[in-house]
Amino acid sequence: MSVVLDIVTVLAVSTGAFFFLAGTVGLLRFPDTLCRLHALTKADNLGLGLVVLGLLPRAGGPSAGLKLIFIWLLVLFSGATVSMLVAHAAQNDDPHT
Amino acid sequence: MILLLNAGVGVLILSLAIFTILARELFAAAIGFITCGLLLTLIWVQLQGFDVALIEGAVGGGLTGALVIGSAARLEMVEATARVERLGAPVQVAAALLAAVVAAGLAACVFALPESPSTLAPEVTANIDRTGVANPITAVLLAFRAMDTLLEAIVLVFALIGVWSLAPDRVWGGRPGPGWYSDPDGILAYAARILPPVGIIVGIYIFWVGADHPGGKFQGATILAAMWLLAARAGLTDAPPISRTLLRMTLVGGPLVFIAIGLAGAAIAGAFLAYPDSYAKPLILAIEWALMPSLTLTLALLLVGPPQRPATQ
Repeated sequence: MSVVLDIVTVLAVSTGAFFFLAGTVGLLRFPDTLCRLHALTKADNLGLGLVVLGLLPRAGGPSAGLKLIFIWLLVLFSGATVSMLVAHAAQNDDPHT
Repeated sequence: MILLLNAGVGVLILSLAIFTILARELFAAAIGFITCGLLLTLIWVQLQGFDVALIEGAVGGGLTGALVIGSAARLEMVEATARVERLGAPVQVAAALLAAVVAAGLAACVFALPESPSTLAPEVTANIDRTGVANPITAVLLAFRAMDTLLEAIVLVFALIGVWSLAPDRVWGGRPGPGWYSDPDGILAYAARILPPVGIIVGIYIFWVGADHPGGKFQGATILAAMWLLAARAGLTDAPPISRTLLRMTLVGGPLVFIAIGLAGAAIAGAFLAYPDSYAKPLILAIEWALMPSLTLTLALLLVGPPQRPATQ
């Protein structure tokens, strides 16, 4: 059982790390603000979600696990809010983006 | 592997620090500084200093970051002029010399540290039961080194008075901040309605667990202050005029209770800030409870800045 959980952890955290890497590459390479935001939100939402999923079996109890999920939800919420604010600001600066 | 990751974080922090100093744009420098603070929390976690990591994240990264971004935005207008001005060679040489001397002094101090570090940790562990709290950091902050915490709380109030003193005479006693407005149906107003209930619970939780686990009043107060600031930024609430008596009493209430308990200790237990043995925990909790609102208000008002509008608006 613990071997299965370990595999889940390694797989999920590695995939999460991959999304963070891809998001960072996108942030550096994409041409304009909206595209860069798109890259960033993938890293935050999916990447962190997968990392949290991978850490759940190692959290050592339902209360710690719930806290991890809660942190993910908070990051989702703030990420979405900040992305919209940045996008608004970018649009006000330059109507073509 | 862990060593490699730690070394990576170390290199990142050093390069970010250099970037922050060399960055030509103030805003870029501000972002570099914030990122530095957030990476520092990782180092503190690695050193098992969870309390310090929390405070570094909340105050070093978050609160100071917001202050620095605010100053960068204020300086934007004069940034271009400031960049054109070049310092003369003597000033540059003097600055370089001063920086080198400070760096050399710091390096000398580091090398002068004793080989086996002298630590008071065993004595803290031996005496922690007498304080009644389980988190050694809280025991140090509010029992063994309560004086430092008292002075910190007072310094914050002084800092706020310093900020207020920048107010022009005609708005003295008025409301701080420009009176923010945002679209009531916009995303900012939405976030400012959804997040505070959650943030207030998290802030109070972090304050509450501080007695036994990592956390405490400074971290909790920073989160509460951030929640109020979010609502204020979205235009859902406004800062009270700084001439209001209740506001001023809240600001000094925490430090005053702290000093009163300290003086009572001088009378009863024989030393300023000494707690009678069996009352240590209730007294520590009383101080924390009294400091919490004062700290929250002080931090929030520090971020909003000096009064900018008359009270009747």
